[in-house]
Amino acid sequence: MKLFVSEGNPHCLKVLAALEVTGAKCDVQYVNHEERVVPFLSRPALPALLLPSGLHLFSSNAICRYLFEVNGQDSSELCNQWLEWEATELQPALLQALHMAVLQGKGSEVSKVLQGPLNYLDQSLSKKNTPYLTGEAVSVADVVLWAALYPILSDSSLALGDRKSVKIWFDHGAAMHSLQCAAQKVLQGKGLQGMKSYMQKQPAPQSSQCRDTQPCNSSPAESEEGERLVSEEEIEAAALTWSKSLNACPLVANRQHPILPQEGKRNLLVTSALPYVNNVPHLGNIIGCVLSADVFSRYGRLRDWNVLFVCGTDEYGTATENKAREEGLTPQQICDKYHAVHSSIYKWFQIDFDYFGRTTTEKQTEIAQNIFWRLHEHGFLVEDTVEQLRCESCQRFLADRFVEGTCPHCSYPEARGDQCDKCGRLINAVELREPQCKVCRQTPVIRSSKHLFLDLPKLETQLEQWLDKSTSTGDWTANAKQITRSWLRDGLKPRCITRDLKWGTPVPHPDFKEKVFYVWFDAPIGYLSITANYTDKWETWWKNPHQVELYNFMAKDNVPFHSVVFPCSLLGAQDNYTLVNHLVATEYLNYEDTKFSKSRGVGVFGDMAKDTGIPSDVWRFYLLYVRPEGQDSAFSWADMATKNNSELLNNLGNFINRAGMFVTKFFEGCVPAMELQHEDKKLLALVGWELQQYIQLMDKVKIRDALKHILNISRHGNQYIQVNEPWKKIKGGDTERQRAGTVTGVSVNISCLLSVMLFPYMPSVSQTIRDQLNAPQSCINTMLQGTGAFVCALSAGHRIGTVSPLFQKLEVDQIEALKKRFGGQQPEDEPPKKKTTAQAAASAQPATVPAPAAPAAAAEVVTVSGVDPEKAKQLTQAVAEQGEKVRALKAQKAEKAVITAEVAKLLDLKKQLALAEGKSPEPAPQKGKKK
Amino acid sequence: MALRELSSLEKFLGLKKPNKYSTQGDKKVPVLQSNNGPALVGLVTIACHLVKEAKRPELLGDSAESRAVVQQWLEHRVTKLDGCTKEDVKTVLKDFNLYLQDKVYLAGNQFTLADIFMYYGIHSLIVELAIQEKEQYMNVTRWFDHIQHYPGIRHHLPPVAVLRNRIYTGRHH
Repeated sequence: MKLFVSEGNPHCLKVLAALEVTGAKCDVQYVNHEERVVPFLSRPALPALLLPSGLHLFSSNAICRYLFEVNGQDSSELCNQWLEWEATELQPALLQALHMAVLQGKGSEVSKVLQGPLNYLDQSLSKKNTPYLTGEAVSVADVVLWAALYPILSDSSLALGDRKSVKIWFDHGAAMHSLQCAAQKVLQGKGLQGMKSYMQKQPAPQSSQCRDTQPCNSSPAESEEGERLVSEEEIEAAALTWSKSLNACPLVANRQHPILPQEGKRNLLVTSALPYVNNVPHLGNIIGCVLSADVFSRYGRLRDWNVLFVCGTDEYGTATENKAREEGLTPQQICDKYHAVHSSIYKWFQIDFDYFGRTTTEKQTEIAQNIFWRLHEHGFLVEDTVEQLRCESCQRFLADRFVEGTCPHCSYPEARGDQCDKCGRLINAVELREPQCKVCRQTPVIRSSKHLFLDLPKLETQLEQWLDKSTSTGDWTANAKQITRSWLRDGLKPRCITRDLKWGTPVPHPDFKEKVFYVWFDAPIGYLSITANYTDKWETWWKNPHQVELYNFMAKDNVPFHSVVFPCSLLGAQDNYTLVNHLVATEYLNYEDTKFSKSRGVGVFGDMAKDTGIPSDVWRFYLLYVRPEGQDSAFSWADMATKNNSELLNNLGNFINRAGMFVTKFFEGCVPAMELQHEDKKLLALVGWELQQYIQLMDKVKIRDALKHILNISRHGNQYIQVNEPWKKIKGGDTERQRAGTVTGVSVNISCLLSVMLFPYMPSVSQTIRDQLNAPQSCINTMLQGTGAFVCALSAGHRIGTVSPLFQKLEVDQIEALKKRFGGQQPEDEPPKKKTTAQAAASAQPATVPAPAAPAAAAEVVTVSGVDPEKAKQLTQAVAEQGEKVRALKAQKAEKAVITAEVAKLLDLKKQLALAEGKSPEPAPQKGKKK
Repeated sequence: MALRELSSLEKFLGLKKPNKYSTQGDKKVPVLQSNNGPALVGLVTIACHLVKEAKRPELLGDSAESRAVVQQWLEHRVTKLDGCTKEDVKTVLKDFNLYLQDKVYLAGNQFTLADIFMYYGIHSLIVELAIQEKEQYMNVTRWFDHIQHYPGIRHHLPPVAVLRNRIYTGRHH
């Protein structure tokens, strides 16, 4: 028997107390909060008790009860009742109370939260008139409740009110050596603060959480899908839409530059966070900003909105100066070089910017200085002396990120000058203990220098008013709102906007002429200057809040600059600037459950993606499929192969190809006549519903969720073909042949719709499909109007083009080779979940889903001899995958020969697995066949 | 809801005299008034009481270990399953699915009260699942189908079809 506990976890206090009281014999192992001890639970659950039978108990009350029972003390009914009350009534309140007391510093509100349960306890005790909950002796109920309440009731600073019976009862427990001993182990004598790190890892209790996080985190496509029942009205409406004709005027194929706001249209200004020039962007950067913004812009154009999508490289700052020094070039040369690198990467990813500029331009200087002077005139700049670190051997002031030292808060030795990766606190570089220049490792000295600050506190009220309006009317992601709120809650402080550097926009004020603007002030102005480089009439976009809606795309680390700091600059400048209406922030994308790291060579960087031989569209598809929308997600090679092979190849590609092939083979390349029956109309309604969902989600920038609806449509389509078997019916009589025609015609029209819906995600594939179908361009703007209209775009007699497969299978050895190539220096056998502290600090909920090993062509796995746990693990996965495949085929009623072949593969895999596990191969027990 | 579960349990146990229940609080926690002693409060507490009354102790587990497992799942039912949010549904089902991978019943090879109440509690989630999702949670589906066909369990709940039904049945009828 073995008990797993973690320090600071209040539930562990219960079981340790029960262990002390009963004296049960049991090993105790201390583990990390995040450790997943119970194999079948996806979230860490502690305490956990490993029973002699090999089963795990994961509920603290069940563990306590068990410890008492093996000690000969069965629990009475009254005892059961208290335990149930503890779990269902007391715990939710306690969790909330601890959250308030430990994390929010609202100890004063604890008594309100706990008042109900404590009163109930008090009344029960006084009514019974026994010293303990269930009678004259200590029972498991007393121990569990004492331990549960111990952290709160033993803290004298929390005024909980006077409850005499509770106090007498609790004092009995608190005086017991066993309870004190358990409390010491869990709380380490630190009282409530001993639970801080544990509480930080817990989801916030319901009452404060459900209000705003819910709408953004749910993924409707997966969780609410259901078997949709279609009403007769919906079916008739779908049939009516189908018979409508295409819009007469096709979309303007070529955009007329410059794009300017138009009266009577939705004018969307879309920006993607400006990538920093001196780094090659990795996949996480790409999905977080440019790709997401691109998908939305493309979609917006399909919706016939007037969209301007701008982006560019952020080029000023110390990092560039440094890179220049490293490469022996001037900063300008570095910028030119890397700007070209960025440009070509985004081009390969088919990011369709209207303009991709840069921040090192005349316009930048002009506009930044103008905003500066306006802020100055309106009294929003204040002067102050700043102590800064200067490295004498490098002859320069050190930017925050070029200093390292010991964190003044938590003593982490590798804290950066602006933030500690361990405790996450923001640091002022001069506060670092034992600071070191990161370049030469010398100790810098503190020098003081005069600087200008943006007076954020003075702008706070104005900012809050604007934020209230913007966040309530616009589509802000939950994380964006939350990060912004936490900034405001902590109170705004004046922020320095000048730096002692050379490579930057010069500060025009004569008293500060040796200085440049700090990048955070300067960089967002890049959006304006880049637009100004695109068109002289840039102000029609940027000083036009009534006509223009501004969408900012970024990863979550960029939120405060876009929601607080930059809006303050613009509000203070008082020039009728367009402020952000919709702030769309992603979470982080991890690489194979670790962090992208240039220095360690881990991960795929933008420039390498094309060397993989995998088409740009497939990259786009997969990145968008795992877009960290609502929570962190992970890029995994094996998963990419699976998604390519299952979703693109077997689902989407298969459907579109079959539909086209039927037209070519059975109907000489001309769309056959269609006579819709009820079931066809029902399909139209189902597809129409998916289209509507897609539009609703895309309008709200739920890019990943919307993608699932595209795939649902082709799933419906595959099922439709499978059930109707046009390849058989074509050989039958007239009625049957006509049926084959209808099914083929409807299917090929669904392909046409799919091509339109795919356009934002996979522009090339989308165009290829329309080329193959010879589809009229006007289908594009017809189908995505309003709430969506699935019309018959390819009517009977329409001649299609040459049909060919759209996707290729990703083979397992190909993927394995890529995985090795981009895996960095991490040894192969290192556990995949290992994360750096930085990552854990950055993301509250680390994604720990292990990547499936080699699922795609797992059947080719070589035979093994002898026991091999690693192989066994892979094979287990492969068996599961193959099993899924067989089930899916059966469910689709695939041809018998196909199923038989796949089943044979499955059996072979199982045999190999048995060998790898060292068992004699025997058939797995058959599950009872269902009727 | 809880009261209907208790009444279904009574039927299953073959208790002749139906008990009188009331509820308390916003969450409508069931209360059983009894003649000999104080009232019992709480779904799990009352259910365990009924099992003892019916002299079917094996339904609570036949060893200390299995009793602990049964209690754990009963607690899981009332703390995690009841009131689990939409986002949690997937995790709950995924974990449960993994747990059931190598088990016939929750406490191994023996049918217990835990199966009954997890079945009652999870019914509303299973009803909502699409056919593909039911296939995704294969072990849960298998267990669920097994329990709903266990004699005398289902009572107040409609049966859930776990087999894949064709969307387009036109041709076959």
